[in-house]
Amino acid sequence: MSAADRPVATPKRPVYLNLFAIRQPIPAIVSILHRISGALLFLVGIPLILTGVQSSLASAERFAAFEAAWSSPIAKLVLLALVWSYLHHLLAGLRHLILDVHIGLDLKAARMSAALTLVLALVVTLAIGMRLW
Amino acid sequence: MVSPHVHVPVGAHYGWRDWLVQRVTAIVMLAYTALMIGLALWNGGFDYATWRSIFANGAFRVVSFLFMASLLWHAWVGVRNIVMDYVKPAGARLLLECIVVAVLVAYLGWTISVLWGGA
Repeated sequence: MSAADRPVATPKRPVYLNLFAIRQPIPAIVSILHRISGALLFLVGIPLILTGVQSSLASAERFAAFEAAWSSPIAKLVLLALVWSYLHHLLAGLRHLILDVHIGLDLKAARMSAALTLVLALVVTLAIGMRLW
Repeated sequence: MVSPHVHVPVGAHYGWRDWLVQRVTAIVMLAYTALMIGLALWNGGFDYATWRSIFANGAFRVVSFLFMASLLWHAWVGVRNIVMDYVKPAGARLLLECIVVAVLVAYLGWTISVLWGGA
């Protein structure tokens, strides 16, 4: 008997899942933000670090120009987005490392650490943002 | 009795290695981040003179290179996972992965030139 002939015991299952119609648990939100922040760091963060270090080391004038470049509101927003990406990615990664050594594996603790990751990254970003403005 | 080595006929088998690479490189980057925060606090921020003197130190350049190499390898594992998840046609996936590798290797060259090319 092939697999196709076997009677189907389970009721009809959804053909696809609409991710936007499902209320995601906090660890899922932290997880997708881990991915999005990682992509941002790859696309914008790495080239910016390299340009930044290169120009800031070139001369005193270039160093001053690099500092001055961050005075416009748009540049500040980009910088803040990257700061948040770095923080969220770092904290979510740290959470993974802690989970790897079997700490905080039960549902309640895992939800707590996910919420902590989300909030801490946002609060520190906000604090840095307030210093920038 | 279960034999200690079971040949698995499917899969690429780099999953466990990626898992380990992602963690080791993460720990290197965590340590470097802590070092940079420490240096910033110690010096009360960076002016041009301190910034230059920090990068003039040979050991700091090596440590910075280690950070960038970790970052680029970490990025490779992460970006490949993203590409594998969302880009279904094999040709497009291969092309994108090749571009990512080329960009990351170029970044490594750029890192070396920034750290050792000038001064």
